[in-house]
Amino acid sequence: MALEIVDSCVNCWACYDVCPSNAIYSSSPHFKINPRKCTECEGDYHHPQCASICPIEEAILDAGGAPLNPLGSLTGIPPEKMEEAMREIQAR
Amino acid sequence: MELTVLDQATNSEEASSCASGSCGSSNDQMNQLSDEIRQKVENHPCYSEEAHHYFARMHVAVAPACNIQCHYCNRKYDCSNESRPGVVSELLTPDEAVMKTKAVAANIPQMTVLGIAGPGDPLANPERTFDTFRMLSEQAPDIKLCVSTNGLALPDSVEELAKHNIDHVTITINCVDPEIGAKIYPWIYWNNKRIRGKKAAKILIDQQQKGLEMLVERGILVKVNSVMIPGVNDEHLKEVSRIVKQKGAFLHNVMPLIAEAEHGTFFGVMGQRGPEPEELQDLQDECAGDMNMMRHCRQCRADAVGLLGEDRGEEFTLDKIAAMDIDYDAAMKARKLVHDGIMEELDEKRAKRDRLAAVSLPEPKDEIGSHYRPVLMAVATSGGGLINQHFGHATEFLVYEASPSGVRFIGHRKVDQYCIGNDTCGEKESALSGSIRSLQGCEAVLCSKIGYEPWSLLEEAGVVPNGEHAMEPIEEAVLAVYKEMIAAGKLDDSLDARQEFSA
Repeated sequence: MALEIVDSCVNCWACYDVCPSNAIYSSSPHFKINPRKCTECEGDYHHPQCASICPIEEAILDAGGAPLNPLGSLTGIPPEKMEEAMREIQAR
Repeated sequence: MELTVLDQATNSEEASSCASGSCGSSNDQMNQLSDEIRQKVENHPCYSEEAHHYFARMHVAVAPACNIQCHYCNRKYDCSNESRPGVVSELLTPDEAVMKTKAVAANIPQMTVLGIAGPGDPLANPERTFDTFRMLSEQAPDIKLCVSTNGLALPDSVEELAKHNIDHVTITINCVDPEIGAKIYPWIYWNNKRIRGKKAAKILIDQQQKGLEMLVERGILVKVNSVMIPGVNDEHLKEVSRIVKQKGAFLHNVMPLIAEAEHGTFFGVMGQRGPEPEELQDLQDECAGDMNMMRHCRQCRADAVGLLGEDRGEEFTLDKIAAMDIDYDAAMKARKLVHDGIMEELDEKRAKRDRLAAVSLPEPKDEIGSHYRPVLMAVATSGGGLINQHFGHATEFLVYEASPSGVRFIGHRKVDQYCIGNDTCGEKESALSGSIRSLQGCEAVLCSKIGYEPWSLLEEAGVVPNGEHAMEPIEEAVLAVYKEMIAAGKLDDSLDARQEFSA
């Protein structure tokens, strides 16, 4: 049971500082999670901390490979509403 | 022949910055301040318009993490070709940052200020930020330390900031209304949770205001930065300006949104527009009724080095500073001499201004009929307050407004850096049209020299090139050109309009 950081990571260090298990380490080409140390924050926090601060959608996956921050979850705009939002913003 | 000139524009050493003698015919910016504050900011390039022509600043990029998301920021900060906040070339550890700061201080003695401004939020990286400040206050006590923050973690950091002798803090405040905030900040990380929408914006706003009050209580100087986002917070920023002034911020810096699609920010990708120069100027003028306004900000990178508007970061990469052997005690002595020299020059200028103000000589404005309309003029300068830069070397122009009531600094216009016209990128022609595009709204451009080709293109674009005032003080030259325009009947349109009106 461990989370995983994938290619879209931009190396911003935010997760590194908030991990209660010191499971995250700087690596190339991007940060990684040591699966032996990762607890998914169970016992420490209600939500995994790395995924709660990560600014990039789909950069952190759960043990089953599903993104903890799916597309649209961080911009607040679900993909199907993207065009509408864009029109509204461009009218400003 | 002109192509040679443009080639030289790619030489970054040559083509530096605004370092002119007076982006501040608005010396009133400083005059409104108390003596105590004036003393604190007189050698701070970001806080004093006058100082920024003489003193340099640097940022060290030790703070990558961020605790909020702003729609105008792309957290992928690692880019060497962009010049805007939140972008850096290499992250530094606190030890590396101290080494770099001392190397810059020794090589650029007019560098007085070290700021930590990212690329994330400095207070979301408390260990890295405060380790750097602690070491610097011990090892380089002649450098002023400042920090810039989104404010979320500010109330918890005030104690620590005071401990490290940080007497300048910049808070970015884009709104005081959560409804508006939700359109700028999609989420914050707060108490170990991600919080979204209006609720998030409200927490952020409350923390910013509380932090501002706490800093003011302790006598720490606060500047407020706001990003002007058309259709989102443009009208609202007038209220922000009123409130932050009332709470004791001493300077308000309204900056234009940077939202190029290629930067990959949410606003950039979604097609949110930035303000036109006139919109920005109007808003700054309206806020100025309530507040000291800053107009000389260049929205620099989180690892910028040098005078505002120039970036000498390339000279101080980690491999280059590793090869430098810095004796900081010796450097400190040399720095003091340079600082004293500059302060002496500034004191003389101030004394001269006061003398002129005391003897009520007929002001130039008395000679100009009040019916003439104002005119915007661009100036190419490489420092010292003089018209001393070749048109083709300018990477930015300073814009001044001449009117019957005098000359005032309005802001700067960057020449399009995306295609500067070197051998690897695009055509030289496009660099020239970039320069001309950046002069929109200006009726004249004053420079030391100008080639034949841009001369005719400028004329076609309705901008009169003027190389007659080379090496003259900027404001005097701008006023002289204004009077020449009047004498030549070029402003008779305003006269006609008025006569028709009164007839």
